[in-house]
Amino acid sequence: MTAAITTAAPSSMTGPAIEARGLTKRFGAILALDRLDVDVPRGSVFGLLGPNGAGKTTTIRILAGLARPTAGSASVAGVKVGLDQPELRRRLGYLDQDPRFYGWMKGRELLELVGRLYGLAGHDLRSRVAETLERTGLAGAAERRIGGYSGGMRQRLGIAQALLHRPELLFLDEPVSSLDPEGRRDLLELIAGLRGEATVVFSTHVLSDVERICDRVAILDRGRLVTEGPLEALLAAHARPIFRLVPLPGQDAPVASLVERLQAAPWTTDVSLAAGQIRVTVSDPDAAAAAVLPLVVAGGVVLESFERARPTLEDVFLELVGPAAAEDLDGRGFVRARAVPDR
Amino acid sequence: MTGFATLLRKELLEQWRTTRLPLVATVFLLVGLASPLLARFTPEILKAVGGDQFSIVLPTPTAADAYDQLAKNLGQFGAIIAVLLAMGSVATEKERGTAALILTKPAGRGAFLTAKLVAIATTLGISTAVAGAGAWFYTLVLFEAPPVGGFTAAMILQWLALVAYAAITFLGSTLTRSALAAAGLGVVAFIALGILGIIPAIGRYLPTGLGTPARALAIGQPGVDALGPTIATVLLVAGLLAVAWLAFRRQEL
Repeated sequence: MTAAITTAAPSSMTGPAIEARGLTKRFGAILALDRLDVDVPRGSVFGLLGPNGAGKTTTIRILAGLARPTAGSASVAGVKVGLDQPELRRRLGYLDQDPRFYGWMKGRELLELVGRLYGLAGHDLRSRVAETLERTGLAGAAERRIGGYSGGMRQRLGIAQALLHRPELLFLDEPVSSLDPEGRRDLLELIAGLRGEATVVFSTHVLSDVERICDRVAILDRGRLVTEGPLEALLAAHARPIFRLVPLPGQDAPVASLVERLQAAPWTTDVSLAAGQIRVTVSDPDAAAAAVLPLVVAGGVVLESFERARPTLEDVFLELVGPAAAEDLDGRGFVRARAVPDR
Repeated sequence: MTGFATLLRKELLEQWRTTRLPLVATVFLLVGLASPLLARFTPEILKAVGGDQFSIVLPTPTAADAYDQLAKNLGQFGAIIAVLLAMGSVATEKERGTAALILTKPAGRGAFLTAKLVAIATTLGISTAVAGAGAWFYTLVLFEAPPVGGFTAAMILQWLALVAYAAITFLGSTLTRSALAAAGLGVVAFIALGILGIIPAIGRYLPTGLGTPARALAIGQPGVDALGPTIATVLLVAGLLAVAWLAFRRQEL
């Protein structure tokens, strides 16, 4: 299935920041990207969501001019994407999912190198580098060799080099994957703060991160665009109400019986038992709200908690990508890796 | 050539910080100092080792022998070092992902490659100059002063030959993602050029053909024609760089 969803740009803008038409990428027998059609409005924080092998990195690499599409075309900030296009790269910032640097360089030296490549010099260069180091929390490590940086510091440096020249477009491939919770929060806030200033394309397999900062979301699965649109619209259109029941431990037989009863109820669309939690997706929330607890009592199950949950992106993901997606989600809302290579 | 000056600065700093330049210059200096010493004392060493068991009659060493020893050592150790310097220059950056870091910035791929080759040539140039200075000084001490102009010109030709070996390996490094494959290409080219160099009509225009005019210049022989092999080698290096660029601009990173 190939979705073709385009969104009109805000009236004050001249056109979308990114236009991709029929973007396809093959790696031998593997179809990494399958006729992707997408428009990204200027100034939006656009989340690319999907498991490894979905085509997120391939999409970003093509748009950043690092890979060539097998078919189709794309333009970024009005410039046609291609491999050797300095004009394209002048307009964008890029962070690889596994950013690599010169270990012999100091953090400040790397940013100065990047700044010079963008035409900065003298006082402008020094002040921009200092400001960016401060903004990304690396001011204290600026004079240290990058070879001694931790994974989180390298990730911050990756963000710093992508932001330094204040690009109109920012491609961030799994930007928070190596960060601790505090670093993750800071960076997500930083990215969210760019809304309106720059267009941010942000790939991740962490659903909660997308929900937290993205105003638009595209879900990719096995190279195909499954859906794309404003986050709230996707939640409204695809997420079904969910009840979560957590029984006290040591009630295996009554819990199994309760699951069977819930599955037989006419208002359920899906019932699953995982990690000690019963998850009930329903088609008629009012009927479910009235009937769930009587079924629990009748089954003699003692609950630790019962919750009617707000639909989340995880629910949208499960709804759209299908039963296979359930196997890709771990207990924390992370999408697990698949064996298919992303590059 | 967008970004060339910035990238060259980075490459030169890298040559220094990763100790490639100091290390290669030191090796070349040792080669430069050892060559006249070996030329001067080889007959005496052989005599001392052989004792009265056998006698070898060797001509009295001269400044020309000192240069020959230097040329032989630079042609072997120097070429190996040129291959080592160039083998990972592009392949390793592609493999590690640092090429993608730079080439997502407004830097042309031609500038990226040219800066790297110029930096390698600079390291080889400084090192050859150091080797030449050391060899000239010891030749002066042990034999006689070689002509400064001719000796300098000879070192420039020796350097050019090393740059050619580096450029062949550099092309291999650009075409593959493996530094080892690039080194293989450099070594094969080194051997092939040595074999082709035996054929006078072809050999004169190969990097190996620079040796004859270089020797003549170093020992002060008149009427040396170094222009043909010099131009041919410069064109070879430029051609190799152009092919590397044509291939690299189509490569995904």
